[in-house]
Amino acid sequence: MTSIADHTVTRSKSSFKLSMLLNDTRYRSFTFQFIALIAIIAFMAFVGGNLVRNLAEAGLNISFQFLKDPAGYDINQKLIEYNSQMSHGRAALVGLLNTLIVAFLACITATVFGVVAGVLRLSNNWLVSKIMSFYVEIFRNVPVLIWILIIFSVMINALPAPRDFRGDEASASMVLFDTIAITNRGVFVPSPEFTNSLSVAEQDVAEDGSIVPAKGWQDFALIFGVLFLSWIAAKLIGSWATRTQEATGSRPTTWYILLAVWVVPLVAVLAFLGLTWDVPALKGFNFQGGLQLRGSLIALWFALAIYTGAFIAENVRAGILAISKGQTEAAAALGLRPRRIMGLVILPQALRVIIPPLISQYLNITKNSSLAIAVGYMDVTGTLGGITLLQTGRAIETILLLMLFYLTVSLLISALMNVFNNRMKLTER
Amino acid sequence: MNKSVFFGALAGAALAGGVASAATLDDVKARGKLNCGVTTGVPGFAEPDANGVWQGFDVAVCRAVAAAVLSDPTAVEFVPTTGKTRFTALASGEIDMLARNTTWTFSRDVDLKFEFTGVNYYDGQGFMTPADLGVTSAKDLDGATVCIQTGTTTELNLADFFRSNNISYEPVPIETGAEAVQQYNAGACDVYTTDASALAAQRANFEDPSAHVIMPEIISKEPLGPLVRHGDNEWADIVRWTLNALITAEELGVTSVNLSEMGGGTNNPEINRLLGTEGDLGAMLGLDKEWAKRAIGVAGNYGEIFEKNIGESTPIGLARGLNAQWTDGGLIYSPPFR
Repeated sequence: MTSIADHTVTRSKSSFKLSMLLNDTRYRSFTFQFIALIAIIAFMAFVGGNLVRNLAEAGLNISFQFLKDPAGYDINQKLIEYNSQMSHGRAALVGLLNTLIVAFLACITATVFGVVAGVLRLSNNWLVSKIMSFYVEIFRNVPVLIWILIIFSVMINALPAPRDFRGDEASASMVLFDTIAITNRGVFVPSPEFTNSLSVAEQDVAEDGSIVPAKGWQDFALIFGVLFLSWIAAKLIGSWATRTQEATGSRPTTWYILLAVWVVPLVAVLAFLGLTWDVPALKGFNFQGGLQLRGSLIALWFALAIYTGAFIAENVRAGILAISKGQTEAAAALGLRPRRIMGLVILPQALRVIIPPLISQYLNITKNSSLAIAVGYMDVTGTLGGITLLQTGRAIETILLLMLFYLTVSLLISALMNVFNNRMKLTER
Repeated sequence: MNKSVFFGALAGAALAGGVASAATLDDVKARGKLNCGVTTGVPGFAEPDANGVWQGFDVAVCRAVAAAVLSDPTAVEFVPTTGKTRFTALASGEIDMLARNTTWTFSRDVDLKFEFTGVNYYDGQGFMTPADLGVTSAKDLDGATVCIQTGTTTELNLADFFRSNNISYEPVPIETGAEAVQQYNAGACDVYTTDASALAAQRANFEDPSAHVIMPEIISKEPLGPLVRHGDNEWADIVRWTLNALITAEELGVTSVNLSEMGGGTNNPEINRLLGTEGDLGAMLGLDKEWAKRAIGVAGNYGEIFEKNIGESTPIGLARGLNAQWTDGGLIYSPPFR
C-alpha cells in the first residue's frame, strides 16, 4: 500500500508543469483567485499610498490627537455626563450613545408596526387589508429623509410652543391630569425620583424640611435586578407547573402566585426607595423637570420606525405566505380560532423566512439614523462627523472613525440576530 | 514576468496622480473664469437676484478680483458652499477663493492651512429674541433654548459665553440659516444666535421685523474676510490687494462716478499709483497697470459696495459702525499703495 501511495505522489510531483496552472482545471481556479487577490491588494495599496502621499504633500498628516482636545461645544441630549470642556472623544461617545438610543427605539417600534401591518394586510377584512396596503405603499415609496422632515416640521408648526402654556388664558394645556406637556420642542413626561436614593450618600433637605428627591443609575439597577429575579422565579414556577401537569395530568392554578411574584417585590423595592414623580412644570423659558423627549428624537424615531415598518410588513407577509395553506386548514380542522392559528402555527414557522431580511432592515435603521442632522439630533454623525470635523478640520480621521463605528455596530447587530435566527430556524434531522 | 510589468504600470499611474498645480493665477487665466465660493444665500451678502445673478457684499469681492485678473467682472463661477463644505472645496482646488462670511481664526489660518487676505466685514455674534419675551440682556437668557447654525464658530462662542456667565441653555443645532429662522419663527427656540450682521439680514425678511429685538451684547469678534489656500503667495497677494484697492479707493475718494476722470491722472500720487497712471504696481502682481481701476469700476469703492448691499438704505440696514474707514473711527484700514 505504501509503495503505491509513494508512487502516485512522485508521479504527480514530477509531472507538474507551469502550464498546468492555466490548463489544468485542478489548479486553474487557484491561479485566477491568486491573481485577483494580488490585484485587489495592489489596488488597495495604490489607493492608500496615494492618499497618504497626497495628504503629506498638502501638509496634512493623519493624527488622532484631536480626540483628546477640549470639544468646546455643547450637546443637548446626553446620556452620560458631558460639558463643553470635555474632549472631542467624549463628545463622540455621547453622539454614539444617541445613535444607539434612536436605533434601538426605532428597531423595536418598526418591528411592532411591521408585524401588525404585515399580518393585517393578509386579513380577510377588505377595508383593513386595503388600509395596510396603502400604508406600506405610501411609506416605503417616499425617501425616509422626506418623512423625517415632514414629521419634524409638522411637530414644529402644529404643536404649541412652551410660551402658549403660560398665563391664565393659555392657549394650550398639559394632558393626562397635568402631567405630560406636548410642545413643539418635544414631549415632557414625568420621570421617577427617589427620596431614599442609592445614588447619594445623604439626601438634601429643602427649606421646608421635606427631602429633595434624587435619582441615579444605582436605583434603576436595583429595580431591574429585582425584576430579573422575579422573572427567574416566574420561570421556575412555570416549569414546576409543567412538571406537575406531566406527573398528575392537571395543571395547578398559578396566576395568583405569578402575580405576587411580580408585584410584591417590585412594590417593596419602590417603597424602600421612596418613589415620587418629577412632574414637568413651566419655569422660565421652558418646561423644567421630568424627562424631555426632544422633537428631533421623536421625529427621527417615528420616521425611521414607520418607514422601515413598511418594509418589515412586506417581509412578514412574505413569511406568512410561504407557509402552505394546508397548515391553516389543518389547524382550523383541529378547532383552533384564526388568532390562535396565526400565533401558534403560522407565525412560528414564518419566522424562519422573516428573520434574515429583518436583520437587513435593522441594519438599515442603524445606518439611516445618520440622517439625524436634518432635524438637529446629535447622533455620532452630528457630533464626531459634524461639529468635531468642522472645528478640527480632521476630515479623513473622523470619517474613518465613523466608518469603523457603523461597521462595528452593524456587525454586532448581524451577529446577535444570527444567533437569534439559529435558535428560531427549523431543526432539520 | 507579467507581474513586474503590472507593477511598473501601477507605479507609473501613481506618479501621474500628482496634486493640483500651485499657480492659481495661471489656472484662472487659462480657464477664463474665477471659481469663487460663496454662501448658499444670505440676503445682502451673497444671494442670487430674481434673474439668477449673484448679488451682494461678498459677491462684489469675487467680481472685483475677476475684473482685476480677467478684465471681466462677470467671468465668475459662483459655487454655493455650506458651513461644512466650504473648507474642503477650497483645499481641494474646486474654488480659487472663498468669500463667504468666514471668520478669521488662528486654527483656520494655521492648522487648516488657509491664507486670509484681509477683513471685509468686522462682525460679532449677537442674539435675537421675540420682543414679547421681554428679555433685555443676553445674561437673562438662563434656561433658554437657542437655535444655532452648526459647524460655525458661533457654536463655540455660545458655549463659552454661557459657561463663563454660569447660566444654562439648551442648544438646538441646525444645518442652514434658513431652517434656523423657520424654527425660531415657529417658537421651537427662544433665541436665535449668529453674527449680528446676519441677524439683521434675516430679521429684514421677517413679516414684522419690529417684533424681534437684537440683544445689545456682542459676545465674540468675528472678522470676516476672503481666503485662499496656503502656499500660493502670488494669488494671495492679488486677492489681498484687490480688497485693499477697494478700501483705499474709498479713503482717497475714488468712486465709480469720478473713476474715469481720476484715471486720467490727478495731483495725488497715491491715486495715480492705485489707478496705474504712475509707476507699475500691477506688473509686480503679474497683472497689467489698470487692474485696480477695473476692480473699482465694477461696483465702486468699499463704501459704495457697503451702502448698496447692506447699508442703511437697504432692507438689511446695517450701520457702518466698526466697518467705517479708520479716518472715521472705524477699523477699515488698508496698507499704503507704494
